[in-house]
Amino acid sequence: MKVTLTKFFSVAVSVIVILTGCNTKETNQDVTAGDKKKLEILNVSYDPTRELYEEFNQEFIKYWEKETGQKVAIQQSHGGSGKQARSVIDGLEADVVTLALAGDIDEIANTRDLLQKDWQSRLEHNSTPYTSTIVFLVRKGNPKNIQDWDDLTKENVSVITPNPKTSGGARWNYLAAWAYAKEKYHNDETKIKEFVSKIYKNVEVLDSGARGATTTFVERGLGDVLIAWENEAFLSINELGKEEFEIVVPTISILAEPPVAVVDKIAKKKGTAEVAEAYLKFLYSDTGQEIAAKNYYRPRDENILKKYTDQFPEIKLVTIDEDFGGWKKAQEKHFNDGGTFDDIYLPQK
Amino acid sequence: MKKKNRKIKRLSVFPGFGLSLGFTMLYISLLVLLPLSMIFFYTSMMSWSEFWETIVEPRVVESYKLSFGASFIAACINAIFGVIIAWVLVRYQFPGKKLIDGLVDLPFALPTAVAGIALTTLYAENGWLGQFFSFKIAFTPIGITIALIFIGLPFVVRMVQPVLQNFETELEEASAILGANRLQTFLKVIFPELLPAIITGFALAFARALGEYGSVIFIAGNMPMKTEITPLIIMTKLEQYDYTGATSIAVVMLIMSFIILLFINGMQWWSNKKFMQ
Repeated sequence: MKVTLTKFFSVAVSVIVILTGCNTKETNQDVTAGDKKKLEILNVSYDPTRELYEEFNQEFIKYWEKETGQKVAIQQSHGGSGKQARSVIDGLEADVVTLALAGDIDEIANTRDLLQKDWQSRLEHNSTPYTSTIVFLVRKGNPKNIQDWDDLTKENVSVITPNPKTSGGARWNYLAAWAYAKEKYHNDETKIKEFVSKIYKNVEVLDSGARGATTTFVERGLGDVLIAWENEAFLSINELGKEEFEIVVPTISILAEPPVAVVDKIAKKKGTAEVAEAYLKFLYSDTGQEIAAKNYYRPRDENILKKYTDQFPEIKLVTIDEDFGGWKKAQEKHFNDGGTFDDIYLPQK
Repeated sequence: MKKKNRKIKRLSVFPGFGLSLGFTMLYISLLVLLPLSMIFFYTSMMSWSEFWETIVEPRVVESYKLSFGASFIAACINAIFGVIIAWVLVRYQFPGKKLIDGLVDLPFALPTAVAGIALTTLYAENGWLGQFFSFKIAFTPIGITIALIFIGLPFVVRMVQPVLQNFETELEEASAILGANRLQTFLKVIFPELLPAIITGFALAFARALGEYGSVIFIAGNMPMKTEITPLIIMTKLEQYDYTGATSIAVVMLIMSFIILLFINGMQWWSNKKFMQ
């Protein structure tokens, strides 16, 4: 008994020593060889960009090798936008973040000082190389004849949208509805709230994420209309058939700007600042814009956007900065505890 | 100091007591006590009034009722049907018995998210099972309870099974010879023996259901005030970067479950004392 115990511990200890020894060795190598040979960056992103970045990374790797002769490997990480931001705050070593909301990157800048607070002014167009918007997905033939936000308040219409408290995409949905009501009722706050609350009274299931809501609508067959990201709506149609669903574009929607940023401190530490910067800038190049459009994100480049007019009809789009005073304000007013979204669901006092 | 050590060593039959106790303490501290203390540490950053306001918010209170209520009902149902399953598995021989015995553990092995999606598919209004019911199951508290029954089932079965296996049939025979009918034999001879195991299984299933997130989230519908479970509220707080708010609700759940477990332990002690003599 005793012999085996000591044996066990000595084996365990040596295993630990070997493992840690290996680890330090490897990281040392990484640091010394970092600039020249093994260049690796980690892109921490949110859920629906998986396909977009898979395609984009291939192109960037080719581009970077042609420009500098360096080989670069790109790791992708996907998840809910807020959860991804929290991972970076808690120590996930991301070189670049490409998230759904500026507010999430703000939070990284504020709590950990990993990048400068004015990060959003560093790249063109508010650091958002591609945009999207919120549209409706309805069943083929549009049986409930849904044309605009008003139709979502009707009594016999059942709406599917995720929970703004847990989903970044759902926050855009909520604000888009709000923006429409704001125009309709000329800033009359009580009426706007009444309107939005009517829509949410029609919601049958509040999924925790955008993908979950899509599944509920598409596969469970629940609801008459799904409020969704434009790119998500296109994906569902492509994957599940044009015979089953169609997209309805409302008269007013919101310009969803998913931003990108280099996480300066981590990139500097890993010696990848240069390539990380180039990676994001490449999103603005013709190749990058073209890939974004192909993945149903609206490109910023006017010419390329024109090429895809069939895909992206013109909508009157409001922006978060002009209509809601930026993400921080919008988050506080609408989605934090005690905000307008809570008002809708709390029993009236 | 040295003397004391020697004393313990002499008393202990097994060698290596000092080492293994030290290891136990370190292991439990690192893996249980330290994480738990972090929850209290985060919460301590709030003032009392902030803490109180967070934990008694109407939406949060509704979610406690749902989480504890559904977990309790699920654990009760598991306690009843878990015993029946254990009974069948121990007392009877039939083809495929080994297979069913193995299936009982499946909820342990299945990732909870998969279970959640599978259950939702089944019980949604257009699902295989859901279409036969005139009322809604998925996206209601009933759906939540079903998910919690699913994940808690193995606990009761696996607690009761060994007790039944070790049960001496002579006792039953004796009871029958003394003139007891089958029901009396069950209630007065077998059931008291099983009760402690049932209570432990119940407590484990209950505790597991309280913290369950993965499987429930898909079938819950997550409507505030109606089908929103407490773990989801904790997640929404985290989504707002409100670590202290999230941990304060976690503390409430922790304390409530602790009280319940204490109560259940008390009951077990009582049942032992009452029936075992």
